[in-house]
Amino acid sequence: MNDVFQASVIVGILTSAIRLATPYLYAAIGETFAQRSGVLNLGVDGIMLVGAFGSFYIVLQTGNIWLGLFAAVIVGLLMGLLMSFISVTLKAEQGISGIGLYMFGLGLSSLLFKTMVGTVKTVTGFQPIKIPLLSDIPFIGQIFFNHSLLVYGAFLLVPIAWWVLEKTTWGLKIKSVGQNPAAADSLGVNVDKVRYVSVCIGAMLAGIAGASLSISLLNLFQDNLTAGQGFIAVALVYFGGWRPVGVLWGALLFSTVNAFQLWMQVLGVKIPSDVAIMLPYLLTIAALALSTNRGRAPAALNKPFERGES
Amino acid sequence: MFKRLIVVLVLLAVILTACATPTAAPTTAPAKAFRIAVVMPSATTDMAFSQSMWDALTAIQTEMGGTSALEIKFSENMFNVPDAATAIRDYASQGFDVVIAHGSQYGSSVQEIAPDFPAVTFAWGTDVNTFGMPNVYAYTAAAEEGGYVNGVLAAKLTKSKIIGVTGPVEVGDAKTYIDGFVQGVASVDPAITVSKTWTGSFSDVALMTEAAKTHIAAGADILTGSSQSVVGSIGAAKEAGNVLWFGTQQDQASLAPSLVVASQVYDWNGMLKEIIAAHQAGTLGGKTYTLQLANNGLKIAYNSGYALPADVKAAGDKAIADIIAGTVKVTP
Amino acid sequence: MQPEVNEKAGKPRRFDWASLFFNALLPLAGMLLALLIGAVMLIILKVNPITAYAELVKGAFGSTSGLTQTLVKATPLLLVGLGICIAFRASVINIGGEGQIIVGAIAATWFPLTFRTWPGWLLIPSTLLVGFAAGALWGFVPGILKARLRVNEILSTVMMNAIALQLMNLLIRSVLMDPAGITAGTYLAQSERLPEQAWLTRLVPQTLLHSGSLIAVVLAVLVYIFLWRTTIGYRIRAVGFNPEAARFSGINVPFNQALALTLAGGFAGIAGAIEVLGVQHRLLEGITSGYGFSGIVAALFGGLHPLGTIPASILFGALLVGGDKMQRATQVPNSLISTILGLVVLFVVGSALWSRRWAAKRQMAAAKNQDVQA
Repeated sequence: MNDVFQASVIVGILTSAIRLATPYLYAAIGETFAQRSGVLNLGVDGIMLVGAFGSFYIVLQTGNIWLGLFAAVIVGLLMGLLMSFISVTLKAEQGISGIGLYMFGLGLSSLLFKTMVGTVKTVTGFQPIKIPLLSDIPFIGQIFFNHSLLVYGAFLLVPIAWWVLEKTTWGLKIKSVGQNPAAADSLGVNVDKVRYVSVCIGAMLAGIAGASLSISLLNLFQDNLTAGQGFIAVALVYFGGWRPVGVLWGALLFSTVNAFQLWMQVLGVKIPSDVAIMLPYLLTIAALALSTNRGRAPAALNKPFERGES
Repeated sequence: MFKRLIVVLVLLAVILTACATPTAAPTTAPAKAFRIAVVMPSATTDMAFSQSMWDALTAIQTEMGGTSALEIKFSENMFNVPDAATAIRDYASQGFDVVIAHGSQYGSSVQEIAPDFPAVTFAWGTDVNTFGMPNVYAYTAAAEEGGYVNGVLAAKLTKSKIIGVTGPVEVGDAKTYIDGFVQGVASVDPAITVSKTWTGSFSDVALMTEAAKTHIAAGADILTGSSQSVVGSIGAAKEAGNVLWFGTQQDQASLAPSLVVASQVYDWNGMLKEIIAAHQAGTLGGKTYTLQLANNGLKIAYNSGYALPADVKAAGDKAIADIIAGTVKVTP
Repeated sequence: MQPEVNEKAGKPRRFDWASLFFNALLPLAGMLLALLIGAVMLIILKVNPITAYAELVKGAFGSTSGLTQTLVKATPLLLVGLGICIAFRASVINIGGEGQIIVGAIAATWFPLTFRTWPGWLLIPSTLLVGFAAGALWGFVPGILKARLRVNEILSTVMMNAIALQLMNLLIRSVLMDPAGITAGTYLAQSERLPEQAWLTRLVPQTLLHSGSLIAVVLAVLVYIFLWRTTIGYRIRAVGFNPEAARFSGINVPFNQALALTLAGGFAGIAGAIEVLGVQHRLLEGITSGYGFSGIVAALFGGLHPLGTIPASILFGALLVGGDKMQRATQVPNSLISTILGLVVLFVVGSALWSRRWAAKRQMAAAKNQDVQA
């Protein structure tokens, strides 16, 4: 167990954690926008899968990673529009429409993969980029400044999301619609439109989360590539108290413990692998249970809005 | 409220049944085509267990002359056993000559269904139990044998003396392959560290990739592993640039042409051809096949894209010969 | 997430064509729209959609084997769905079904293997109880975390799902591993086969239909009685209907929500137990088959009513079974089936809007009539 606390191991764990956290960050911050406006989207994993396939396929065909990223955004937007239509316009039960969207995304991504690609292939996606000067700082440089652009993007997203939510009018509208849609409506805010926008922002970010896997971190596509990460991302929104910074801590906590347990296995620490794999999940629950700063759920979360209904 | 659903149910059934043309018969193959149906727990594209059987079937189909000589129908992603049982029974009742239940979890289904279709050959794996039935074959792969050979090769090639194993869950042929690998390494140099990680999932590519990267960061210069998610490990090896890979179940050279040293390939061809010939001659089952190096069911596919030193290859070939001769015994 | 307002309270008994239109035909229209889009996809894949869908219906209902398979699939959907009904009625989302099924299945494997000399009439009911208890525990933990520490149940149940999966992996590859697999050197990811007296009776020979389906229906009736004819059930529903009002009338909201989650877990646990005792006769990987999620869909299709969930799970089971048959007949990739099912869920759930609006309008009209008459 002493090995674990060597510097090189700690560097390794934290570098892994940053990589692992990337898809969670994109997806969870996206979901934060949606939930802040009052819409629960459980279909994030399905959107990630279609986004992952879309970006993978474009890079496979054209070799252009930016085009691939753009494809992920477009695909995410389309899925977001579908979800918004069902959940906001048709005011469907959001938990269920999310699951339907998940099934749809899972099936569609596998179907397209099988019919358009057919076998596992690798692509050259976003490669790690060393940031000059910063990446030479001992330890810190290795951990933080030698990642691909999509990884950097995920972390930059945190302050950007915070700024949008706290410092812009749009952010105010999103929050008011999620807190008290009737009041917002009476003040002239178009509740449905705001929800559409925030759900679509969430979906586009989920698409990018998928792309971060298929054209950056893993550089391939396979059936069910995300293996349920989208659901973890949704859970992390609750962990983070609907605040981008909270979501960042949640993603980092979860990913760091995950990286830690992998290192424990590599170093031969005598703990059954299955128990090691449980650690991130156990500790996430424990961390939330023990924390006092819980954050308030948007009051209108998961409640479709109809003018005239209370 | 539930009234609504009874009505929906009835109306749907009525409408769709009305739309059904009475002559919606399944496509009949031209006379004399041999018909094989296969039920698999994962996708035909999984670069692992299911794909190995699928590739063998399609190769035989081409060899025999195409779809007019051999008709293949498949159901993939049948990880739900009762659904697979329905599929197996359905194919059997459609008059397929051979129904392959390509998943160890399908055993009890085969046991129940086979007696109802005495003219159909059922082949299931990986397991060794034919239930004493005359129309059932069982098949398995002695993955530990190829694991041993890979281990010998890896032990000879490693410079850092650290080898990483990225596994899914420690069961089935993932376990037996890795057990054999560890023995192979130990037979060359017991001082080499083989460290193992298990991700707890057969499909989590992201975690498998991170596991591989962790091994590499800890000093491993050779990696191996099993399951469809190892495509992630191979990707990690590629990114590191100088980490070598040993594969199993499928020839994985295409994923990293300069870094894959060798793969243990499950070659079902021989077994399938025997089963087809036997069926045509009137024998429908009653035998257990084990893919081994000795019967060419397991092959070590050296990657021509990797320049393997002659003495290392010789050591690998010797290990193969020893296993075949029985002088080396690999125990899972 | 408000359950339907107009339940069984004094509706006139004459046949209501308009209500039929909105309640039945609209979801049907939604389903048909999804199937239409599916037909387009089939055409792109060069498959005749009419023959394909005919195979779907034939597969689900057109033969004994199809029909029994539909009911076999409907059983765990119904059981999970019953738990979801209880939870939703208390305004709690239970997406922990997968984990709860797993621990129920683990318990229902360990128990008969440990007490393998017990006679069937004792072994089966006690195993089912043990399965319920295990699932209930897995629902209790998120429940108590929510009640005492305000940990959101979506987070805790998602985490508990993953933990349960690893727990099963751990057991299946060590203490519960099939000794036959170890001797043969295959090390398969399954437990030993359960002793025969623990197997649920097969109802129809040469099919998988087992007595668990009857047990599930009985339980559905019991849940209905529980929710509408007992005080506890009333409290649970009150909490979901209007938590503030419930609190004012002295109902302990957190306690009842935790109770609802615990019960939901218990029913999912029974689903796992019944899959083990009735279908698989052992514990093996993939035992959940996604029922933890599809059970939620079944419950909602059933209007969150325990009795409504019965036909809803049969319908959903039919779609699943029929879809597989369609795949076999046309050889389309079975991801197409999942895609179409996703669309079915989306459109059926989306079509509820008009039935709700219609129901609300009628309620207001009825209220107005009463005002006028009064």
